[in-house]
Amino acid sequence: MVMFFQQILNGLTLGSVYSLVALGLTLIYGILHIPNFSHGALYMVGAYFAYFFAGSLGVPYWGAMAGAAVVVALLAVASERLVFRPLRGAPVLHDMIAAIGLLLFLEAVVQAIWGADFHRLQSPHTQIVHLFGLVAPAQRLLIVAAAFALMLGLHLFLQRTVMGSTIIAMAQDREGAALVGIDASRVSMVTFAISGALAAVAAVLFAPISLVYPAMGDLVILKAFVIIILGGMGSLPGAILGGMVIGFAESFGAFYISTNYKDIIAFALFVLIMSVRPSGLFPGGVR
Amino acid sequence: MGRLLAPAAMAVALLFPLAVPNEYYLYVAALAFIMAISATGLNLILGYTGQLNLAHAGFMAIGAYGVGILTVDYGVPFWPAFVASGLIATAIGVLAGLVSLRLKTHFFAIFTLCVGLILSLVIEKWSDLTHGTTGLIGMQPPAAIGPIRFDTTMAQYYLVLAFLVAALWLMRRIATSIVGRSFVAVRNSEDLAQALGIDVFRTKLLAFALSAFYAGISGALYAGFVRFIGPDLASETHTFDMLAFILVGGIGTLGGPLIGAILLTILTQSLQFLQDYRMIVFGPLLILLVIFFPHGIVGFVRLRRARAHA
Amino acid sequence: MLEIQQLTKRFGGLAAVRDIDVRFEAGKINAIIGPNGAGKTTFFNLISGFHRPSSGRVLFDGTDVTGLRPDQVARLGIARTFQTTSLFDQASVLDNLIVGHKLRTRSGFWDVVFGTRRLKDDERCCRQKAEAALEFVGLGQIADRPAGDITQEERKRVAFALALATEPKLLLLDEPAGGINPDETHALAALIRKMAATGLTICLVEHKMSMIMSLADRILVLDHGEKIAEGTPAEIQVDPRVIEAYLGADYVAA
Ligand SMILES: Nc1ncnc2c1ncn2[C@@H]1O[C@H](COP(=O)(O)OP(=O)(O)OP(=O)(O)O)[C@@H](O)[C@H]1O
Ligand SMILES: [Mg+2]
Repeated sequence: MVMFFQQILNGLTLGSVYSLVALGLTLIYGILHIPNFSHGALYMVGAYFAYFFAGSLGVPYWGAMAGAAVVVALLAVASERLVFRPLRGAPVLHDMIAAIGLLLFLEAVVQAIWGADFHRLQSPHTQIVHLFGLVAPAQRLLIVAAAFALMLGLHLFLQRTVMGSTIIAMAQDREGAALVGIDASRVSMVTFAISGALAAVAAVLFAPISLVYPAMGDLVILKAFVIIILGGMGSLPGAILGGMVIGFAESFGAFYISTNYKDIIAFALFVLIMSVRPSGLFPGGVR
Repeated sequence: MGRLLAPAAMAVALLFPLAVPNEYYLYVAALAFIMAISATGLNLILGYTGQLNLAHAGFMAIGAYGVGILTVDYGVPFWPAFVASGLIATAIGVLAGLVSLRLKTHFFAIFTLCVGLILSLVIEKWSDLTHGTTGLIGMQPPAAIGPIRFDTTMAQYYLVLAFLVAALWLMRRIATSIVGRSFVAVRNSEDLAQALGIDVFRTKLLAFALSAFYAGISGALYAGFVRFIGPDLASETHTFDMLAFILVGGIGTLGGPLIGAILLTILTQSLQFLQDYRMIVFGPLLILLVIFFPHGIVGFVRLRRARAHA
Repeated sequence: MLEIQQLTKRFGGLAAVRDIDVRFEAGKINAIIGPNGAGKTTFFNLISGFHRPSSGRVLFDGTDVTGLRPDQVARLGIARTFQTTSLFDQASVLDNLIVGHKLRTRSGFWDVVFGTRRLKDDERCCRQKAEAALEFVGLGQIADRPAGDITQEERKRVAFALALATEPKLLLLDEPAGGINPDETHALAALIRKMAATGLTICLVEHKMSMIMSLADRILVLDHGEKIAEGTPAEIQVDPRVIEAYLGADYVAA
């Protein structure tokens, strides 16, 4: 029974991280219809910058997280301006190839600077919390809490602010939004900034219980793609729901089937579902 | 000018072993040719048919592991193993195509990226069959065909060259035929292709299977030539390498993948420090190419020539 | 020739085409008109197999083609053009056209590998068809130009040629005169007449009213997915429901 609850906590932790990454990915897809393959690299760069701020400059964990979020947000905005904007109107193939180019570039640069080795990002929250007879590492609880706080914040931003509702309007109807005079390039820059920051925060939250290395984003981004396809491309609730589904499938799969194959579970599930339902679980999106 | 290009390139390739100072260059050139065969296959599904298949390296790995496992663990002679590996890669390609080709554009690209990842994870984890992360060693060089033996680098270079020529010859046949035109029609617009009576799914499946066959053959050659294979071979970085070859040389052109493979191999070789960090150059190169020069070298030359003619 | 029975297409709650019954006679020029969003393109998509009808039937020369795939419909002899024509811009006009006749050939992949005689015959046939079609639409002289370099009007004609290369019995034209000037529109109308004169049945969607009125033998009027009138141009021009449907609509008579 205790083990069962442990798996629930693990599933929640993984699901939270995946959801944050998937949210950024789905936002960009909603606005620009680009599958941003470089999103995983932004996630990875976020972890490295936090590692740099905390490890080399001695900035405290939460400060390092904020710094990483800012840096990655700027990086995401730069990628929008320098890479994706010049390709507006080009064939979809070109967007995808450019995104891949960006991914390769970021990974190689990080590897050139910090090497291919694994690093560990220390978190100050190493204590174990005892809760209703269960033990839980504080960092995991923090991940879940922080992720939910961010999701709530994003929700409020999108619902309550002018910029937020503009983003939603544009995601729902790009041409229509252009007609009513929405400044599309500002909206896409803000969207990229948000999605970059979300990826960085997710990485910094997760890094203390995983590891920091150049390819750390590869699996996460693929899982995030799986999530947003299952949840409906462009759908925010779908990204959260899908993130949780994959998080739980992995944690229980690792426990009841095999840790060895836990990374395949998400993709096997995906391939299976897409074979039966090529348009995803929620084809219309559950906006 | 264009007519003389192929014979001239052929002459250079034939004389190359006599001109190089040491075997290392021969080795590198043969490796570039092997990659060019695989990239030519990727170009069929990506360039001619317009489907971004990101699992391509996985099929190359299947070809390589096919030869490795069959010859080392099961004692099958090289050439039967070689043929079998090409066919296995094609068969798995058909299966993967049946599922993935029902998806369009982005979904297809993401899905095949996942397929590629599954292939490489399976290779890594199924160690009883594949020897896992240790990889496969102890492969023999390609067996002699009659009196011709392939135990020197030079002989292997010519063997690879022969396969490359055959691969390009077949691709040329396909690309200039009405079957090849139906691939291009699908890339151009699936709706228009359908309105012209082309069965889009079958057309894509044929292109996908053929590209997997090219990858399989190239992987099988790789196994016989490098004689060490690890799960890395299936990694998406390899697919991205081939993507870069295709874009530099010219997407959807016959000679593009080969020209790109040669140029980028020369580039990485001449900038030794690039070996591990070649993506620092390749990444931005991909971006700049799709923004400013999307048709690559061959496409650019061809368009200029067409304008001059008309 | 073409008989539509109770044809309906719903997208979610919206009925883009509702309960349409109509017959098109062989060798005639039939026009479909209606305000923007009336369901004209959807109607074409239903006939040519791009959409599966929610209900109703499409009979072509007596055979039921409802629910067939677009490529199957094309083989049976229904060709269509699109509102926008996508060509492979880097290739020559003729190269773009050769594939048009592929559906009438039988060579497959193995013919390509072995370079069979059948393949050679088929390819010669496709090329000849393409050249003939290009000649027919009056573009014989631009066969070697890159498709990306030709004018909008030439593009429209290439689209016709592509459809003709499939050897259709029925040709569906979606806004053939969209985006071209009045003189060119005239020439295009003459071309459409020339095609009909060869025995081809033509169905066209068009907004340019003067062109329709002089060209069409019969007109079908759609509004909000429903058939509101059908008849000769003279009948349609005085039909009160048609006039009402167009009143206030943002409509340009060209
Ligand atoms: N694939 C689709 N999914 C959902 N709705 C659609 C789809 N295709 C068309 N519609 C809707 O069906 C209605 C009819 O559209 P259609 O394109 O057939 O009109 P049309 O008469 O061709 O208009 P136009 O003159 O502007 O070309 C419109 O309201 C349109 O939004
Ligand atoms: Mg229309």
